[in-house]
Amino acid sequence: MKELSLNILDIAQNSVKAGASLIGIAIKEEGNTLSFEITDDGCGMKKEQVERLVDPFFTTRTTRSVGLGIPFLKLAAEQTGGSIEVESRSKDEFPEDHGTKVRAVFYKDSIDFTPMGDIVSTVISLIQGADGLDYEFSWINESGEASLSTREMREMLGDDLPLSSPEILAWASDYLSEQLTEIKINL
Amino acid sequence: MKTLEELAAIREKMKSKVVLREGSSDIRVVVGMATCGIAAGARPVLNAFVEEVAKENLSEKVTVTQTGCIGICQYEPVVEIFEAGKEKVTYVKMTAEKVKRVMDEHIKGGKPVAEYTIGNN
Repeated sequence: MKELSLNILDIAQNSVKAGASLIGIAIKEEGNTLSFEITDDGCGMKKEQVERLVDPFFTTRTTRSVGLGIPFLKLAAEQTGGSIEVESRSKDEFPEDHGTKVRAVFYKDSIDFTPMGDIVSTVISLIQGADGLDYEFSWINESGEASLSTREMREMLGDDLPLSSPEILAWASDYLSEQLTEIKINL
Repeated sequence: MKTLEELAAIREKMKSKVVLREGSSDIRVVVGMATCGIAAGARPVLNAFVEEVAKENLSEKVTVTQTGCIGICQYEPVVEIFEAGKEKVTYVKMTAEKVKRVMDEHIKGGKPVAEYTIGNN
């Protein structure tokens, strides 16, 4: 993947497929590290599944036998000296409190640090594709915090308007771009 | 600065036309957004379709949706176009630049762009 924002899009799509109703994307810059955490309340995974996630030849799909999303992310993090971590609670074992958390840490000063790229496009693509589910996006650094919450958007819009409407997506894109510019993220 | 309050104004503006829109689209544009598609460049393709549909005021006629991997990863980014009463058209190795021509000739003009289809690649 050429941009970390593409890894984020890819990992968040897994949460969509896991039937999540709320997906959190939290990016944080601290010192020379950048980390992000993607959390969802989807169906989760069993322990054996989590253990085999980094194996590209492990997938729950029955159509093909290669799954590359998590291995790509692991590579992007480890090549900077960072790491990834996956925690999950499956719906079968934890019917009341299930979901998955993927966390990745990157060292920004590494020559192999993949740039974040177009994070606004990633968030807009996710909102476009997922009516009926909510996103909480945030980016925190020393200049402050940028955030976008589809729940807050729905409070203003009511429940009957699809977030995927072009007018709303255009607003969300401008709003998020402004917020990120405020905390000195180069878009 | 943009504010959340602006959404209230968007809501008022949109209210009237939403009822018409639901499920009435004639054309469905489906973009593959699995790992293979994303790595090959599907995100700008998806966003180009969304922007073009908005720009051309076609959102009542055309819906843009996302799907997973359909199994032809070597041809990603893949876009399928479904239209009632017509055969599905599968475009392969798409780019944001190619989207413009598909919009003009296929979506608006009714004639698929043969050279971008899977049969020609």
